[in-house]
Amino acid sequence: MSAALFFEQLLNGLQFGVMLFLMAAGLTLVFGVMGLINLAHGSLYMVGAFACASVVAATGSFTLGLLASFVAAAFAGVIVEGLVLRRLYRRDHLDQVIVTFALILVFTEGTRWLFGSYPLYLDIPPALQGTVHLPGGIDYPLFRLMIILVGLLVAALLFLAVNRTRLGIRIRAGEADREMIAALGVDISRLYMIVFALGAALAGFAGALVGSVQSVQVGMGEPVLILGFVVIVIGGIGSIGGALVAAILVGITDTMGRVFLPMVFAGFTDPASANATGSALASMLIYILMALVLVFRPSGLFGEKA
Amino acid sequence: MNMAIKGLATVAMTALMATASYAEPTKIGIITTLSGGGASLGVDARDGLLLALKKGGNEEIETVVEDDQQKPDVAVQIADKMIQSDKVDILTGIIWSNLAMAVVPSATGQGKFYLSVNAAPSQLAGQGCNKDYFSVSYQNDNLHEAAGQYATDAGYAKTFILAPNYPAGKDSLSGFKRYYTGELAGEIYTQLGQTDYAAEIAQIKASGADSVFFFLPGGMGIAFMKQYAQSGAEQPLIGPAFSFDQNILQAVGDAALGVKNTANWSKDLDNEANKAFVEAYQAEYDRLPSIYAAYGYDTGNLILAALKKAPVSDADGFRAALEAAEFDSVRGKFSFGPNHHPVQDIYVREVVKEGDIYTNKIVATAMTDRDDAYAKDCKM
Repeated sequence: MSAALFFEQLLNGLQFGVMLFLMAAGLTLVFGVMGLINLAHGSLYMVGAFACASVVAATGSFTLGLLASFVAAAFAGVIVEGLVLRRLYRRDHLDQVIVTFALILVFTEGTRWLFGSYPLYLDIPPALQGTVHLPGGIDYPLFRLMIILVGLLVAALLFLAVNRTRLGIRIRAGEADREMIAALGVDISRLYMIVFALGAALAGFAGALVGSVQSVQVGMGEPVLILGFVVIVIGGIGSIGGALVAAILVGITDTMGRVFLPMVFAGFTDPASANATGSALASMLIYILMALVLVFRPSGLFGEKA
Repeated sequence: MNMAIKGLATVAMTALMATASYAEPTKIGIITTLSGGGASLGVDARDGLLLALKKGGNEEIETVVEDDQQKPDVAVQIADKMIQSDKVDILTGIIWSNLAMAVVPSATGQGKFYLSVNAAPSQLAGQGCNKDYFSVSYQNDNLHEAAGQYATDAGYAKTFILAPNYPAGKDSLSGFKRYYTGELAGEIYTQLGQTDYAAEIAQIKASGADSVFFFLPGGMGIAFMKQYAQSGAEQPLIGPAFSFDQNILQAVGDAALGVKNTANWSKDLDNEANKAFVEAYQAEYDRLPSIYAAYGYDTGNLILAALKKAPVSDADGFRAALEAAEFDSVRGKFSFGPNHHPVQDIYVREVVKEGDIYTNKIVATAMTDRDDAYAKDCKM
């Protein structure tokens, strides 16, 4: 394996990690501030992708599509929070899991009812198609580079918002002590609604970006949801910085595992079983990583306390 | 008025049933995937089958349709319910091999006929074959074998192959290798449900391959083709029809143009039955039929043809009538081999654009009168 190929795979891992971060950021905010386990986060991701695909199909503008994904997912988030989730904050996590699982079914079948069972068409805009020539002789898809940049930008903005604005102060205060900030006169239910809408909007935005390189179809959110939970558990629940580090760690571990494990096994077994064992182990790698992190840091890499 | 006649007819039928069993309607249980991510396949298979029954105009047939949610346990429950309380005579409709493995052996064990509209795992074609189990679609390996044959015929000598790491993926790659004579530039098992293929595509580009064979059904294939087109990789793609289904192609768009895929049916197959099917399907559902719709339609017509010769209650007669397969298949010629799996031609199709619609057209025949690799192990 040449150095250029190794670097390209590293870039692929980084890009995958950044995509996971977009998904996990909303999840960790909602869980951290509101103490809510929201399994329907993947559905909001799907809502974003479908909104983007239909707006792009109608107007031909990818920018409008991205905007629509943001708005539609935030809107869906506000409705779900106001109608359903608001009643669950005081109840235990099992109730939340059951209700938000039901929401997955409602969103999935609702989307199928509205858009049909067939995947939708969504492609990246012509201006972002093609590859760019990177030093070292790598031709890397332009859109993937853009995902890396956009993801890092979103991370920076979120970081600033949480650490430097009044809303951010309230969010952090809400994480630390819910009763106290309510007693200090902060409208907690409005704060929760804003946080939830922000988390939903991020998920929808991620769905639109990712949908344009992958596929826009019913049920697209659930596989990513699982990875999203792995990321926030590794990163430490509620920590944006932790989510970013963990997402990139998971992205690189997964990508490198997929590429190199079969090669490692090929060193001492026959090719066929090396391939099978290597890929089987590669698919377990991030869960092994999660288990290891939990053994040494039970509250995650950046978790506050156990 | 109409209702009254129907009511009278029912009374008359009930009276008849007491004396003659052959007037009993035939009940067909359709277990298929109608919700979730895999729903488009089940919907098409069901629609094709119901269209055939509707066109056949046989008033004695009743259907029961249920959604298996793509879950084996749900499929088993539905099958039990259909057999025990709905008293169906024939079961059909399952799309996925793991569901078929959960349902078929117990259904045939209870003396019901099972006709597969899609899934046909190797376990049911060889030693596990059954006299009451028929696959109308293919044997799972067929389209992959044809892709291997095509790669050999096209003179490819270094093909890179990839499929998800699950039983059907492994069968796919071994099916391809069975008829491919060149060497492999690489072989990768991806994760099931994986949607990002950047790492694999980078490996393909670096491998010096002259072509790529991939089996990635559903959303996985859409993601792969879009990312492959973006990556600047130039090796031609080959795949089985599953990733080039009529409904999937619209979501892939230009990225699929020119890709070769192997199938035992295509909407441009030149025969009367197929023309009538494509026309009727579009008129009924306002969309082009997919390959699953074609399998469903053939299954419906096979049942109709067999019922003309013998009722299901005469199990031996009905089975013989199914084996004879005297119906006009949309695939042109069609017959069953000794293990009740089809003997048929398999074609190479190319993805083209007709107006605004992406679709397939036949460019070559990969295999003629292909049966399957497991027939010799089947002892009925």
